[in-house]
Parts: sequence; C-alpha cells; structure tokens
Amino acid sequence: MRSRLNALFDALLPVLATLAALGVGAIMLIFLKVNPVTAYKALWDGAFGSSNAFAETLVKATPLLLVALGICISFRGDVINIGGEGQMIIGAVLATWVGLTFTGLPGWLAVTLALVAGFLGGAIWGGIPGVLKAYFSVNEILSTVMMNAIAVQLMNFLLRGPMIDPSQAELASKIPQTARLLDAFRLPRLAPTRLHLGALIAVVLAVAVYILLWRTTLGYRIRAVGQNPNASRYAGIKVQRYMVLALLLSGAFAGLAGAVQVYGVNYRMITDGSSSGFTGSAGFNGIVAALFGQLHPLWSIPASILFGALLVGANKMQRVVQVPSALVIALNGLVVVFVVSSEILRKRRQRRRLADDETPPVAGSAANQSTQAETGT
Amino acid sequence: MISDLFTVTVLIGILASGIRLATPYLYAAIGETFSQKSGVLNLGVEGQMLLGAFAAFYVSLTTGNLWLGLLTAMLVGALMGLAMAYVTVNLHAQQGISGIGFYLFGLGMSDLLFQKLMGTVETVKGFPEIYIPGLSDIPGIGEIFFSQNILVYGAYLLVPLAWFVLNKTTLGLKIRSVGENPDAADSLGVSVARVRYFTIILGGVLSGIAGASLSIALLNVFQQNMTSGLGFIAVALVYFGGWRPVGVLGGALLFSLINSLQLWIQVLGIPIPSDIAVMMPYVLTILVLVATVSRVRSPSALSKPFEREN
Repeated sequence: MRSRLNALFDALLPVLATLAALGVGAIMLIFLKVNPVTAYKALWDGAFGSSNAFAETLVKATPLLLVALGICISFRGDVINIGGEGQMIIGAVLATWVGLTFTGLPGWLAVTLALVAGFLGGAIWGGIPGVLKAYFSVNEILSTVMMNAIAVQLMNFLLRGPMIDPSQAELASKIPQTARLLDAFRLPRLAPTRLHLGALIAVVLAVAVYILLWRTTLGYRIRAVGQNPNASRYAGIKVQRYMVLALLLSGAFAGLAGAVQVYGVNYRMITDGSSSGFTGSAGFNGIVAALFGQLHPLWSIPASILFGALLVGANKMQRVVQVPSALVIALNGLVVVFVVSSEILRKRRQRRRLADDETPPVAGSAANQSTQAETGT
Repeated sequence: MISDLFTVTVLIGILASGIRLATPYLYAAIGETFSQKSGVLNLGVEGQMLLGAFAAFYVSLTTGNLWLGLLTAMLVGALMGLAMAYVTVNLHAQQGISGIGFYLFGLGMSDLLFQKLMGTVETVKGFPEIYIPGLSDIPGIGEIFFSQNILVYGAYLLVPLAWFVLNKTTLGLKIRSVGENPDAADSLGVSVARVRYFTIILGGVLSGIAGASLSIALLNVFQQNMTSGLGFIAVALVYFGGWRPVGVLGGALLFSLINSLQLWIQVLGIPIPSDIAVMMPYVLTILVLVATVSRVRSPSALSKPFEREN
C-alpha cells in the first residue's frame, strides 16, 4: 500500500511541476494586464474545445512523441541529445528526396521507403556525434548543437538550390521550397480532420521502444552503460558501441519525426531560414515531453499530448487575449526546470524509505536499485 | 573574384569585424569558464544572453541611457544566474537539462516581452567607437584595433583579468579546487555552495553583457532569437579553449574571423552559396573539438552536484 502511494506521489510530481509553471505564467499574465482565467480558458478551448482542436493537438503531439522516444533511449544511456532539430531536418530532407525521386512507385511503398529514409537520415545525423563522443571524447551536447546549425544551413542550401520547386526556380520570388509530393504519397488521414496515420505509428513505436528498452539485450545494455559505464565495461559490454547506438537510435526517431511531418502535414519542405520554421521546435520540446514522461516511452504519450495541447492552445490564446504564444515556450522552460528540480524530493523520499526499512542496508539497497533498473522508474 | 578578398581594404575590414564579432563570445565564454571551473555546466547561456540583449535594448530605447541599459542586462543576467545556482546547487538538479530549461525560458520570455512592449524592430544608437588620438590614426592597425567601442575593449581586457583571478588569487584557487575536488575543498573549509553561487551568478552577469553587446553595441537592434545559437557556441568555446581564458580568446577569434570572412564573401558576391559559407564556422568548431578535446582534461567535478557525505 505504502509503495503504491509512493508511486502515485512520483507520478504526480511532474503534474505539480506543470501546475507550478502555469502558476508562474498566471503571474506573468497579470503583469501583462491579462486575466489569467480568460487566457487559460482560451488555451484549453484551443487545444480541446472541438474535435478539430483535439485533432490539431494530436497532430502537434506526434513529432513531439517521436522525438521523445529517441530522447528516452539516449538519456537512459546517459547520452544527452540536443540535436533533435537537426536530426528532424535531415530525416525530412532525405524522406522528401525519396518522394520526389521515385514518383513511379505505388503510394504505400513510396511512403514506407520515405519513412525509412527519414529514420536513416536522423540516424546518420545522430550517429556522427555518437562516434565523436565515444571515440574522440567530444561532448555530445556541443556537437549535437553544432550539427543543428549545420543541418539548418544544409536545408536552406538544398531548398534554395538543388531541391527547389522547379516552378519556383523560374519565378523571381524563388521561395525556398521543394515541389509538392504526389497526392498518392500522403500519409492517410484517420478522421475528417488533419489527424494522420503518423500519430498511430508514433504510439505503436512507443510500445516498441518500451519493449526495446526493457525486454531486449540491446536495451538492457544501453541502460546498463547509462547507469554505470565502468561496471558495464567490467561485465564485458562494449561501452563505446552502445553510446553510439544510443545516439544513433535517438537521432533516428527524430529523423522519422521530420519525415512524418512532411508526409502527414506539409507535403513539401519549406524554409524560413530557421530550424524552428520547419520543426516548430519539436526537437527541443520533445526533450521536455520525454523528461516530463520520466524518460518512459509509454508515459511520453500523455506527456506529448499535454505539450502538443499547450502549443496548439497558445495560438488560440494569442488570438483571444493577444498574449504572444512565446509565453508557452517560456512556460515549457519553467516546466523543465521544475521537473528536474523536483527530482530531489523523490530522492529524499527514497532515502528516507531505505533508512526506515531497517533491513540490512547493502542487500536492501541493491535489491531496490535493481528493481528500479527493471521498471525504469 | 576570389582575388577581391586579398586587397588591403578587404583584409582590414575582415580583421576589424572579426575582432568586433568576437565580443559577445568572449563575455559569454569567459563567464562560462568561471562556472565550469567550479564544476557547473551552464547550458542556459543563450537564454541569459537573449534576456540581457532585450533588457539592454529596451532600457536604452526608453531612457536613452546606454549605461543604464547595460546595467539592467547585468542585473537580469545575475537574476537568471541566481535561479540557476539555486536549482543546481541547492536542489542538485541535472545541470545540462536545467540549462535547456533556462534557455527555453529566456527564448520565450525575451520574445514575449519584445512583442508586448515593442512589437516592431527598432534601432538605437549604440555605444560609439572610441577615438584614441595617435593610435586610431595608424593606417590599418588603427582601423583594426583602435576604432572599436567600449564593450569590445572590455571583452579583451576581461581575458587577462580572468586569467589573473583564476590562477593568481585565493578566490581562483577556491574556484578551481571546488571544480576539481569538492570533497577536499569542503573538508578544508571552503564553502562549495558559496563558490558555485558566485561563479554561476558571475557567468549570468557576463552573459547579460554578452547579450547587451549585441543589442546596444554591435548590431543596435533587438529581434526575436537574435543570438541564434551564439550562446551555445560560447559554451563550446570553453571546451575548445581547454578551460583557459587565453584558449577561449583563441577560439573566439578563430570563430569570429571565419564568420567575418564568410560575411565578406557574401558582400563581395563571391559565388560560394551563402548557406554553405555560414555552415563553415560550425564544421570547423566540430573539427577543432575533435583535434583538441581529448588532449585537455575537463574539471573533474564538472556537472556533478555536490552533496556532503554524512
């Protein structure tokens, strides 16, 4: 009973962190002379007010979830992947190239190939910092940030040059965008809204990542390396290889997010010069969602829906009470800070629990830790 | 066309703007050097810079007083640093991730304030170039080194100052010991928490100045996300420079000179796609990290929260 209460408390921590962030947001709204109740009501309506609104929320949540799945893998392997933005872009570029090149294929095959291409593109863009970390000890936080900047410029270059829409190439405006994908190459819609098959793919993959992390040797080793690289090395695990794999897989899911964005929502790539212009900052917000879901693939599903809702709702809030949607980005930042800060509460309770149990400390704590590794909480 | 690059005027132009462009990197990276030397990885630099840039610009625009603007930027940076210090020192939060949180906060907040308080892009008259009689008149040299504004000079003075504080003072010794072996420092009576509070807040103040140097000394505008990754590069420069102020200076100059070269390539219309040119400094940074990082050891306690064992 007591352990169940503890589990409940742990699960509630991120919710409390979000409420705290919304509370700070309310104070900010008051300073901006906006009634926070009206503002948050508009946000809620924008996200859940109608079936269309809810569909938009799910559409927004889809890339967040895919990125978050990758983050679950890499952060569990103690590899920090800040490169989701770049990985999404490269995945999308490769996927778009497939769709624009192999126009003779049947739709289902082309889409499948494109999604695989997106997965591979992201894997390459994540794998490079992985290799740099494992074999050249280059800090992955820095290299993934650099890879983001490189990916943006590569996208801008390709969309202005080699991949530009032929009809735009003839015009003076030269809008940097690719040609539109064939209608047959679109991810099917799931309802008479913009909700597309990508959302379902993401949920299925969440289950797959859960199985990967807790039911396969590969996942076990990635987590073992993340928890204790030295012990893993003594146990004969090739630590460097699993560091690379963690980042590579992480990048692959972000790449897939990019591909899904093109084939499910935009049907072409277009750039405003920045990375967020294409990704909507999903590469960063996916990290927020994964942390919020306590780096658990299944908990990442509701977490992604929550942040999708915040982002979609923010647009409505902007229209109704003229509060820039940037407020939600600031609030996302606060949620991250509050969630990582609240970890100390969990640790303190855990320590107190161990002290209370009065069991032989060595055996007790070892058992406790191993069950933790199994359930991943 | 390529030969256009090698005229004296252009070379002087490249060097002068290279020296100037290094300014924000220097402030932010020296600040980050202090916090990393004490064992704290602050990834929120970019957010601190954005808020600093906005604060400096808005106060300068409304009061007409650049120094008041700079002071506000420093204050905003200090507050962001204080929050970061509380979260990482007292609450032992994961530093890399909380830094991302502070980055997102600064990104959203500066954008929000910009849209609410200003709405449109405006310009201010930033810190003027300082004319030094004699020195500024030397052909070439004068234009490169002695016709810059006060914040540029400040950035270069900061380098020897930081070296001195880190290596020749008791404070520096405390900072380094806290970053290398906090347990030993603690048992010798050094307050790990106090030292880290100091370095993180100092880092925030310097990031604030870095932002201000963009908005009221170099570009003299404020735009959403105007730092566009500059703060993250400043963090990379700390690794690049091997946690030494002189190394940071070298990295900042290399990076900004390549950037300046890239800008001139575009100005002169040399047919290298501008997107590829913009990419070059980042590719170079990765390559140099590969070449250098494995040779230099990072502070042992970097990014590890300190907890006294009972």
